[in-house]
Amino acid sequence: MESLLAVLAGVLVATGIFCLLQRSLARLVIGIILLGQAANIVIFSAAGVSTSNPAIIPGAAKTLSGEYADPIPQAIVLTAIVIGFGFTAFLLALLHRSYKSLKTDDIEEMKNTDTEI
Amino acid sequence: MNSLVLPLAIPLVASLLCLILKTDLVKQRVISGLTLCINFVVATFLLKSASEQGYLTLRAGGWANDVGIVLVADVFSCMMLCVTSLVSITVLFFSFSDIESRIQSRSFFALFNFLILGVNGAFLTGDIFNLFVWFEIMLLTSFILLVIGRKPEQMEGAVKYVVLNLFSSFLFLVAVGILYAKVGSLNLADIARKVYLDSNSDLMTTTGVILLVSFGFKAAIFPFFFWLPASYHTPPTAISALFASLLTKVGVYALFRVFMLVFMPHTNFFQSILLVLACLTMVIGVLLAASQFEIKKILSVHIVSQIGYMILGLAIFTPIAIAGAIFYVVHNILVKTNLFLISGIVERKSGTTDLSKTGDLYKYAPFLSILFCLSAFSLAGIPPLSGFWAKLSLLKATVESDMYFSLFVALGVGVITLYSMTKIWSFAFWNKKPDESETKEISQKEAPFLYIPVIALTVASLLLGLYGNAIFELCIQSAEQLMDPWSYINAVEGS
Repeated sequence: MESLLAVLAGVLVATGIFCLLQRSLARLVIGIILLGQAANIVIFSAAGVSTSNPAIIPGAAKTLSGEYADPIPQAIVLTAIVIGFGFTAFLLALLHRSYKSLKTDDIEEMKNTDTEI
Repeated sequence: MNSLVLPLAIPLVASLLCLILKTDLVKQRVISGLTLCINFVVATFLLKSASEQGYLTLRAGGWANDVGIVLVADVFSCMMLCVTSLVSITVLFFSFSDIESRIQSRSFFALFNFLILGVNGAFLTGDIFNLFVWFEIMLLTSFILLVIGRKPEQMEGAVKYVVLNLFSSFLFLVAVGILYAKVGSLNLADIARKVYLDSNSDLMTTTGVILLVSFGFKAAIFPFFFWLPASYHTPPTAISALFASLLTKVGVYALFRVFMLVFMPHTNFFQSILLVLACLTMVIGVLLAASQFEIKKILSVHIVSQIGYMILGLAIFTPIAIAGAIFYVVHNILVKTNLFLISGIVERKSGTTDLSKTGDLYKYAPFLSILFCLSAFSLAGIPPLSGFWAKLSLLKATVESDMYFSLFVALGVGVITLYSMTKIWSFAFWNKKPDESETKEISQKEAPFLYIPVIALTVASLLLGLYGNAIFELCIQSAEQLMDPWSYINAVEGS
């Protein structure tokens, strides 16, 4: 399972970088999203993927017993997903705004727009 | 109550209050000013107790070390807290008059305080994932501040800044994941202890290089700095000054913290990489700056070359080099902010910061010229100003470690820095103005807001040069702490 996830993360990174290298602003967003997902998968599989129990202490017991999945990477992934969501929303708004004011979505044309004015 | 939580609680409360007082600008200004002053007092108090006790720690929620989040303050982080809070007060004061009130009312002050919150958090945290979160808080607020006002010329720089910084955050996250897979902990002290005791160093250099690239983006070192010249000159001056003083330095701080704690056993591997990167950063930054012809662009590209000096200290890796680098960081934060603020006043007076259109300022504003001179010469490293002592200790360290090549690089870069500063001096202050447009007077009402911060920062950097001994002793103390990771590990685990 881990090796499958590793391949998946690799494919996501490769696709994400490919999109980042394109000239269109819309693909930039897609690239950033894909890279974020790849990072989430790396963290998710950091502690090893297992089919054991969740880390919840059953009713009467005081401690965890038997095998259980490491909860920390899950917590981190949740945080990372939320942060990534916020950034994606901001990035979309920013690119929309810059398209409206610069009238282009081609990165090649965004070279010296700050000095002409 | 543990006072370590105050540098986080104070800006948080302030920014929430600013959000509530949506349209009341006066109250927002008073609240921000007051809280930043309190923040400075708290930081000084923390610095004093850290220099006496060595380490201050706070375990959030009383969790065990390898599970919960720890806040740790040593002398280095307290020094950074102190100098950043001092600078943020002056920049805030400057912004009252520098930024249009239309923009100020768009939750500028709330964002300002959130940025300070992120910076303080990054300085204090002892947990690598928490460091990521503080970085993101800092980045998101800086994104919004960068495009505040929504002028068309801000957009291009902002897109580059946002995309490259998001990419570096992605790398940071991947490195955290791999590090967790390797050692099973997120607490920096715990990771460092496990790395020391485990002789199997698989994956450690990989993680280290990924982190180096990620922090390299944030600190703007050589191959990763391209977002900085594209974006730093576009927002209003006060915001540029704040970014120039805080953001890249947090990246430098993270490099020092992580590479002198977690990757201490792998120092030999990283030392040579850092040395090459430092020299290239200095040279390419300074050449790029010399080719610019606009004051704010010159100043912002110069940040890159000065980051090179700081990284050089880390690369030499002796106590004197680290102390020199820390002194350099303190000096650079004060002087660079001041130069940005002065460039804001120049822009007010001449209507532009393009050197081919400015001139005659020495005639009309002799006092401003003196202030500029002191800061510019300090940046170039003329004795007895603060920049000279900072460079002297770094150069001394290169000689002691027989790194003569980097000695010559650092000296040459200093000369070209002087060239850039002379260029600003002669075109903006000394030469005749090429066109007949008049130099504007700044109104009596606004002048104090613009001049007092500049005077305060000039005095601070002068004091740093003339009475730098006390500060340098603190730098030596923090360098000794940084060179001895076990003291950090024991302080955190014993708390």
